[in-house]
Amino acid sequence: MRITQGTFSFLPDLTDEQIRAQIEYALGKGWALGVEHTDDPHPRNTYWEMWGIPMFDLRDAAGVMQEVQACRQANPDRYIRLNAFDSSRGFETMRLSFIVQRPAEEARYRLVRTESAGRNIRYTLERA
Amino acid sequence: MIDLRALQAELDIGPLIQQLDSDLVGLAPVKRRIREIASFLLVARARERAGFNSSPPTLHMAFTGNPGTGKTTVALRMAGILHRLGYVRKGHLVAVTRDDLVGQYIGHTAPKTKDVLKRAMGGVLFIDEAYYLYRPENEKDYGQEAIEILLQVMENQRDDLTVILAGYTERMHTFFQSNPGFRSRIAHHVEFPDYSDEELLLIAHKMASESEYKLTDGAREALKEYIARRRQQPNFANARSLRNAFDRARLRQALRLVQWEGAVGVNDLVTLEESDIRASRVFTDSVPV
Repeated sequence: MRITQGTFSFLPDLTDEQIRAQIEYALGKGWALGVEHTDDPHPRNTYWEMWGIPMFDLRDAAGVMQEVQACRQANPDRYIRLNAFDSSRGFETMRLSFIVQRPAEEARYRLVRTESAGRNIRYTLERA
Repeated sequence: MIDLRALQAELDIGPLIQQLDSDLVGLAPVKRRIREIASFLLVARARERAGFNSSPPTLHMAFTGNPGTGKTTVALRMAGILHRLGYVRKGHLVAVTRDDLVGQYIGHTAPKTKDVLKRAMGGVLFIDEAYYLYRPENEKDYGQEAIEILLQVMENQRDDLTVILAGYTERMHTFFQSNPGFRSRIAHHVEFPDYSDEELLLIAHKMASESEYKLTDGAREALKEYIARRRQQPNFANARSLRNAFDRARLRQALRLVQWEGAVGVNDLVTLEESDIRASRVFTDSVPV
């Protein structure tokens, strides 16, 4: 099952050149980029592990690509994503987030139904 | 046939060089080196069009020279120049000293240096007084670690980053001797010569006109004499000494105007008199600041 999360996730995986272009776009907007990785891409898992601190004051994509490559090398079978944080007032939040690496074998999830009071059904996504 | 002149006009290099010539006084070796780099780019472009491969050259530089000879000023311009010439992608300059690169405890240096390098990518990294990176008297010094990371990036990511080291001649020389890796990775060693008296006078006039001041004829003569005398005294720092002298002359002029009994005209506000310059301690032979 292909994990679809963040921007571009219904597209084929971005090539390095395309990733670089996205980074350039984000830097052009003045956003700070951060690399994060996880082995648990559950949609409710917002706490991916940080690969170093977010990179502020960068001007060129080369520095970010360097960190992406380093993270890929250290974590070849984990999900890696790039976050672009907009610190300007009114936003102060993530403006762009996309996956830059998936493991060869993707994480699998199944839907669990639980019957609760009043014949209500609760649904849970569970790691298969 | 390839028309290099047309290519030159296309890349808009001519005005760039002319501006450099007119803005900076003296510095002939520096200007020549920039001309060389510009010409090389031109030829590289021509080669590309003719179907030859042209690998980008190593552009790391070392600026050496006495205090106040314009090393920092030129470095600041270099980023813009290399950008216009198409050597660096973004053309910004990140100026750092030892404090920005070297950490305070074990494991602090590498992330710090890498962070600076990442910020400088696509532009120029300017390391002022680079010899402070290396402290031979303390073998536990973390400067060596910063040097190793720097060398690695200078070698492997030449396309992403141009490094300029600057410092006083003798100390840079010792620095390079104890770090041969640095010396060989830097293609351009540019020596900044001392300014002659005429050049310094020209610089002083430029300073004055840039800050919208005028010198009277007497003041010009006094300034000429000032330069000759100041050069003989210790701690002479070329253009920087003149910048300080100019600033102090402005202070004296301000005091003179405030203490003046009569009305102050517009012309008085922009005029530096001979007395403003002659009051300098340089003329009384005591130790200058």
